[in-house]
Amino acid sequence: MTQIVLRDVRKAFGEVNVIHGIDLVVESGEFVVFVGPSGCGKSTLLRLIAGLEDVTSGDVEIDGEVVNRVSASERGLAMVFQSYALYPHMTVYRNMAFGLENTHMPRAEIDSRVRTAAEMLQITDYLDRRPKALSGGQRQRVAIGRAIVRDPKAFLFDEPLSNLDAELRVAMRKELAALHGKLGGTMIYVTHDQIEAMTLANKIVVLQSGRVEQIGAPLELYNAPDNIFVAGFIGSPRMNILEATVEEAGAATRLRFGNATITLPAQASLAPGDSCHIGIRPEHISVAEPETADVIATVAYSEHLGGETYLYCDADGLPQITLHQTGQLPVSRGQQIALHFERPRLHLFGADGKTIANGVSQ
Amino acid sequence: MAETLYERPSVAEVVTAKRGRGGRLHWTDIFTYVYLTLGVLLMFGPVVWLVLSSFKTPAGLIEFPPTLLPLGQISVDVEGYDKPLPLFRATLEDGSVRDLAQVRRIGIVSQMVDPADPETTIKVPIGQREPVREFRLAWENYKDPLERFNFMRYLMNSVIVTTAATLVTLLINSMAAYGLSIYEFRGRGAIMLFVIGTLMIPITVILVPVYLVVTKLGMVNTLWAVILPGAATPTGVFLLRQYMLTIPKDLIEAARMDKASEWAIYWKVVLPLAMPAIAVLAIFSIMWRWNEFLWPLIVLNRSEVYTLQVGLNAFQGELDVQWHYILAMTVVTLIPVVLVFAFLQKFITTGIASSGMK
Repeated sequence: MTQIVLRDVRKAFGEVNVIHGIDLVVESGEFVVFVGPSGCGKSTLLRLIAGLEDVTSGDVEIDGEVVNRVSASERGLAMVFQSYALYPHMTVYRNMAFGLENTHMPRAEIDSRVRTAAEMLQITDYLDRRPKALSGGQRQRVAIGRAIVRDPKAFLFDEPLSNLDAELRVAMRKELAALHGKLGGTMIYVTHDQIEAMTLANKIVVLQSGRVEQIGAPLELYNAPDNIFVAGFIGSPRMNILEATVEEAGAATRLRFGNATITLPAQASLAPGDSCHIGIRPEHISVAEPETADVIATVAYSEHLGGETYLYCDADGLPQITLHQTGQLPVSRGQQIALHFERPRLHLFGADGKTIANGVSQ
Repeated sequence: MAETLYERPSVAEVVTAKRGRGGRLHWTDIFTYVYLTLGVLLMFGPVVWLVLSSFKTPAGLIEFPPTLLPLGQISVDVEGYDKPLPLFRATLEDGSVRDLAQVRRIGIVSQMVDPADPETTIKVPIGQREPVREFRLAWENYKDPLERFNFMRYLMNSVIVTTAATLVTLLINSMAAYGLSIYEFRGRGAIMLFVIGTLMIPITVILVPVYLVVTKLGMVNTLWAVILPGAATPTGVFLLRQYMLTIPKDLIEAARMDKASEWAIYWKVVLPLAMPAIAVLAIFSIMWRWNEFLWPLIVLNRSEVYTLQVGLNAFQGELDVQWHYILAMTVVTLIPVVLVFAFLQKFITTGIASSGMK
């Protein structure tokens, strides 16, 4: 059981700062996911924790001990690489045993550990094969097995599922979650796929340009994003973000977006003339009667999947609005529909991108 | 399953394959055969000539016009003579041609006898007789140097030098390459350039300083004098380094996470993965060392420590060149290189393709 703490961790490659002061506590036994667009520094952050890169300033603590000067091999962490990084010249067995051999563990113990892990991951049949002779999913298991046998303080995963096909990815995701349940170890997982983040994490860390945008439980991020970036990043399909200007403030706040207006309860921080953003998730827009409509739009494209329906609608002066409804909607392309935004699920962001309100009353 | 669909052709079928159908030759077939035959003659002609000549006697070598095959004069035992007599085909005055054995030669006349009738001596002008010869291999060309001139010793020395030097070369070159490829540090490129730069210094320039160093270290006339100075080759470092650069960085990092020491990473991960490049360098090193001549000639002055190439040179006196021995021992020196080529062909082609070296 291991707690990992980052204190104002910074990393610069030459003149380029890639990590701008990150504070983070990974509690023991937690499954933490670093998520963010490519180039946000999430992999670098993981490598800083692993010890494969040195921090420029700040501290990395493992179990209360600062490990800035401790080499990767001495930190007692195990890492699963995106490319799996299996040694091509060794059999699966030797791949898994390699880390243990380096610690001069007795052969019998190595053998029992490797076989236990292999059984857990159902790769016992391939122990004598070379990685070349394995499929992507099997290689993935071996890479995880190599981490498990070490019985590390914490597991680090660097986009481990990104090389698998979609179906396998879903299956492996489940297995990883089950594995975490079984092993109960601290795990840090890097991905750019927010679905992986939502399904696996106890705690998600959303990163952008080397800064933490928000830390929280998956649903916390979904329901109450701190800023427009997190709101846009978490959730699929993406939240609709509509630019708006404040027309009237006071007893009620009236916002104009495109050719439409919306009246909301008073927002103290908004003054007339201010610009802001309205955020509404596709699943929180409903098709309504024209009287209660917030905006009238034309269906540009529709996807009827039977169980659910996606509509992509155009409205004057606005970007395309996505709408997601369960069940089937009798709507076809080119049809005009009235859209209603569910007020309790509506988000308001200021001009600086910070959240003003997550949900407003009716 | 594949065998039932596609039958692999035999060697003969491949060699005699042609474009023309129904047994006829297409003009490209003719062209190809002519071209390839020329190539074979050009490549193998000298080697075949060398091997055949190495079995000729000294007299056979300087004969004009030269003969292709090594020939030796037939000798016959004749009653009344202790030694076998050389056999000639003589044209007698009456125009008949007979095989006669020569007893002795006086001036331009040779005294001959018929082996069947040793009593009567026949005088024949030497212009009227021709030696009767048969295909005969002069094995003494091989036996003499190997027995009398200690050539086995040279061969051993060469083998020792080649093996030891190749092992040392592989070890230190791969270690240097590891440092210059796996570690990222300031000046890495500059060091690499420096290493490559030494390629531009010809051996003749550094001959004297290196000789002085070797002398100071007391290594003259020991095999170490040949093994050590050339052990670190810029080409080798370059070749291995370029190959090691292609090893995924993830593997090295995975090994670090696996608590492998730097030595373990080098020895257990990088070296096995660099095997193709190591094999190429090994082949090159073997060829370089085996054929090395100038440097051993300078530092090895006692015949006990001669390598083959230097030993060969010893047959070449100022006034007298013992071509028959040189040719025979050249064949001997060729054998190991030929074997290396035969068994490691695959690596050599990939090596040349990947490095552009020969």
